[in-house]
Amino acid sequence: MTVKDFIDKLLGRQISSASTAKQRLQLVLAHDRSDLNPELLAQMRREILEVVARYVEIDVEEGDVSLETEDRMTALVANLPIRRSIQQTPEGGTL
Amino acid sequence: MSTTRTILICSGKGGVGKTTTTANLGIALARLGARTVVLDADFGLRNLDLLLGLENRIVFTAQEVLAETCRLEQALVKHKQEPNLALLPAGNPRMLEWLTPKDMKAIVSLLEEQFDYVLIDCPAGIEDGFKNAAAAAREAVVVTTPEVAAVRDADRVIGLLNTQGVTPVQLVLNRVRPKMMSIQEMLSVDDVTDILALPLLGLVFEDEQVIVSTNRGEPLTLGESGSPAAKAYNNIARRLQGEDIPLMDPSEARNGFRARVRQLMQTRLF
Repeated sequence: MTVKDFIDKLLGRQISSASTAKQRLQLVLAHDRSDLNPELLAQMRREILEVVARYVEIDVEEGDVSLETEDRMTALVANLPIRRSIQQTPEGGTL
Repeated sequence: MSTTRTILICSGKGGVGKTTTTANLGIALARLGARTVVLDADFGLRNLDLLLGLENRIVFTAQEVLAETCRLEQALVKHKQEPNLALLPAGNPRMLEWLTPKDMKAIVSLLEEQFDYVLIDCPAGIEDGFKNAAAAAREAVVVTTPEVAAVRDADRVIGLLNTQGVTPVQLVLNRVRPKMMSIQEMLSVDDVTDILALPLLGLVFEDEQVIVSTNRGEPLTLGESGSPAAKAYNNIARRLQGEDIPLMDPSEARNGFRARVRQLMQTRLF
């Protein structure tokens, strides 16, 4: 570590490489463990949003679908803010 | 039912210290009085003989034992200074494709008749070599270093061990550099155990004496050397035996003026 790096770190201008390493590992392991590459995940995200959007009006920009890992368990976590629900008749048409 | 502990020593990534760990643990367990055999399952690129200083004494391998061209006793290479330890190479580098999971189970069950510990030195990778080596394992020690590539590969191996029902799977964190950890330029012990979610069997600090000992073909645990790695391996052997030995604390291992100044600056500022 050079003096400049050290000063940067002291001033909080640069996050430590250990925490960068941990974040990168957590992300890559979530993908490794679920066997989903980022492209497939993006496709799944689109399709989930499509399905959910049939039932409720969601904020697509704010929506987030991601993989989270804890204790070797990987979960698919979807956080989709709902603007309002779309009322449906049993036949599937919108009221 | 045999009470032998058959332990796979594996890592996924190469060069993280599997073979060094196997050699040192083998000697350490033997010195504690346990009848121990180390089985080199990495016969394509075998090196366990070299680290143990036994490279000139190999005549037969597990293959000849299974083919019944020799008896098991003839193939086992006893360590001169530590007669409780024997080495069995799975094969020699010329025979590339002979070992199958069935062969592995057959040879291990022969070994389990006369040893307390069977340590299997696994090849790097997660392909056939790994699968063969793991076929007879009851428990496993995953060796990794606090580096992203090593941790990622360890994770793959742990996944495979879990599906095979190998248990317990414990972690040895190798080549720990306390100084780099203290300035957060190396993944911490907690980072690695959080990510891999395995119980920690031991920490081994980076130690130049490991290189010296491999040059000589005399594992560190053979001597009375007080080197950090020798202590760590002896502690791991005692923990395997069920003793409750506290883990080393990397923050206490730090010494030197600069590290202490850094520590002081960090505590004041943050």
